[in-house]
Amino acid sequence: MTSATGHPQSVRAQSAPSRSGQSRLGVGDRMTEWGRRALDPKGIVVVLLIVILLAIIVLNPSFAEPGSLMRFIQRVAPIAIVAIGQYFVIVSGEFDLSMGAVVTAQVMTVGHLVGVDESKTVPVLFVLVGIGILVGLINGLATTLLRVPSFIVTLGTMLVIHGAIMWWTGGVATSNPAENFRQIGRGGFENIPLIDSIPYAVLVLAAVILLAVWLSRRPFGRTLTAIGDNSAAATFAGSRVWWTKTSAFVLSSLSATVAGVLLVGFAGVHPSVGQGYEFTAITAVVLGGVVLGGGRGTVLGALTGAFTLEALFTLLNFTAVPATMRDAIQGAIIIAAVAYSGVVFARRRKRSRTSTSTNSATTSADPTTTSAESAPSTPSTGGDGAVRQ
Amino acid sequence: MRTGLKPVLRTAVAVVGASALIALAGCTTDPTVEPGGGEGGGEDSSEEWFDQELYDRQFEERDVVPDGPEDKPYLQMISPEMGDTSEFESDGGKKMCFANASISNPWRQTGWITMNEQLKDLKKNGVITEMETRDAQDNDDTQIADIDYFISEGDCDGFIISPNSTSAITPAVERACKTDKPVIVFDRGVETDCAVTFIHPIGGFAWGIDTSQFLIDNLDAGDKVVALRILPGVDVLEQRWAAADKLFGEADIDVVDYFTEGDPAEIKKVVSDELAKGDVQGVWMDAGDGAVSAVEAFEDAGKDYPVMTGEDELSFLRKWKETEMTALAPVYTNFQWRTPLLAAEMIFNGEEVPTEWVLPQSPITAEDLDEYLDRNEGMPDGHYAKFGGEDLSGFPEVWQDRVIP
Repeated sequence: MTSATGHPQSVRAQSAPSRSGQSRLGVGDRMTEWGRRALDPKGIVVVLLIVILLAIIVLNPSFAEPGSLMRFIQRVAPIAIVAIGQYFVIVSGEFDLSMGAVVTAQVMTVGHLVGVDESKTVPVLFVLVGIGILVGLINGLATTLLRVPSFIVTLGTMLVIHGAIMWWTGGVATSNPAENFRQIGRGGFENIPLIDSIPYAVLVLAAVILLAVWLSRRPFGRTLTAIGDNSAAATFAGSRVWWTKTSAFVLSSLSATVAGVLLVGFAGVHPSVGQGYEFTAITAVVLGGVVLGGGRGTVLGALTGAFTLEALFTLLNFTAVPATMRDAIQGAIIIAAVAYSGVVFARRRKRSRTSTSTNSATTSADPTTTSAESAPSTPSTGGDGAVRQ
Repeated sequence: MRTGLKPVLRTAVAVVGASALIALAGCTTDPTVEPGGGEGGGEDSSEEWFDQELYDRQFEERDVVPDGPEDKPYLQMISPEMGDTSEFESDGGKKMCFANASISNPWRQTGWITMNEQLKDLKKNGVITEMETRDAQDNDDTQIADIDYFISEGDCDGFIISPNSTSAITPAVERACKTDKPVIVFDRGVETDCAVTFIHPIGGFAWGIDTSQFLIDNLDAGDKVVALRILPGVDVLEQRWAAADKLFGEADIDVVDYFTEGDPAEIKKVVSDELAKGDVQGVWMDAGDGAVSAVEAFEDAGKDYPVMTGEDELSFLRKWKETEMTALAPVYTNFQWRTPLLAAEMIFNGEEVPTEWVLPQSPITAEDLDEYLDRNEGMPDGHYAKFGGEDLSGFPEVWQDRVIP
């Protein structure tokens, strides 16, 4: 019940001085600080990611080459973008289960509309954006104005979209679309010094990250978190809950659209592309420390979650684990990681109730954990709640 | 209020998560789905699924020249034992009732379109005048209910059943048989021989033998093959793999297998990772969905094309032609969707039909490739080259536009 994000502005003011205070720490303190951060639920996923990446490099040293790394980021880009979209919805306390269906719909739409005609690439991109906005609006307005739980709404849109697309396309692609459309997800700038090549997908991902981080630090993002934390309080504070949430759904569908465009290039047009993306995205988001039910989490957390998840899949490809065992191992690692953050959060919340003083100290160090990007979520740690008590 | 809401949310997530798993298990790109054959998967799963007797039989059947008209493969039969059907001979228009497992993948969709065109054609003869279809959507319980509905209220003159799974559907098929009306089972089998005829292509072992033999012939001992499989526990798929794995092992081919659910994105990741580990000389697939993205993974990594076996889906045949790679397209006979209705007409006419109607299943080779590409010009990528409907009245528009009835 320690709702903390009610006043985003005050939070920011509070975190600023603590950052400057950080620089005065000695080396020993800093080491302790690093250790403490690694054990932090938000840090643990970073540690996990690093461990997995190191394991992959040990098994296959060529993975560390810039070209391989770029290809890895290119591959993670679609799921990372979808996870970022899902983050906005989840942090506002809702779910978007229609993302996978939107990805499939966009992929199949491209397959059907672009065909071999390169000149159709740009007009079709506009159509896709239109579809994305429309789905997001339906999801958002039905959730907020009609007060249907987003769970049901998006489950419904998922089925409607899937059914409609199967009906329209007969469940198969006519053919892969024109090569210039596929280049967006498959190609890149070649002959770049040092790193060999930069896939376009990596640049798209970078743009999405920048936009999402910026949005999450704008009043919009802060209001979204506040709504997820305590919708009633946010309403009393004067936020337009319905519009903010609807925007989150639109962002989510648009991110699924971007992922769809990349997947057309990466994988090709096929009705199974995008299937299950909503759950992969939710898993990534939760793994990245974003709390189901809303009110806590960061864009970069969701991003890290997505990278960790994909790195895990890659690691399992590099090991000699029997094919039948892989799902089980993935599941176990995900549960362990999420359970760990759950336990630590619970313990910390308990601690925050017992001793206020230690906790304000903890909080003051906290914002530096992942520097700027964690600022929006910092207030939601138990410590901040304690301060406000 | 928030704390009160969260457990609800959590439960909801669990429920949706669980149903997604169930949906995944039932949702496959393979024609014939039987979730869970009993044995849990393990390292030696290919041995668990191996059946020497069936393997030997299918091995032989691959080389048998089928009986029947040469230009109508859907009426050909391999080593048939004919059964008497005179008890069903009767005049007048008949209504068939079709309990379909699903149309949830391109293979089944293609077959379903062909079957409906066949029905239109047969109506002209005045024997089969009507067909009522229920789609079980990959669900055993739904299919059992469908069959029971047909028995009690369907007003059916005969049944066509494409079982969703072998053992679960068996009792319902037996109940249908007890109505003393003809029952025709096709695609996947059931554990009873009460049906008048069971129509199917040779089978999974034959697929595994054809494909692995092709790779072995074109590769050297010690070469690396990546096996891309849809999902575990489906018996037809497991049989394909069991035969291939056995032969790869005997030929000293280094093979590693993955489950991809036929998702091209997943296939691309898996193949890219294997190429990052080291060179790959061959790709084997237990169903051709997503084959193109496996080939593209080689292109993107700048490696030589592998020797590859996919399926007779046009996307693969077209990529094969374009790249001129060394490849083979095994076939899980799609034209078998025509045969049940034709069999029904024969049965009502009192003509003999085989008790087990084994249809040919011959792969498309490099020599046949151009012919099959020509015959299927203008068809969508997800269309199956050996769909066998060229002589039906709706050809080619119905398949080109892919109008799913």
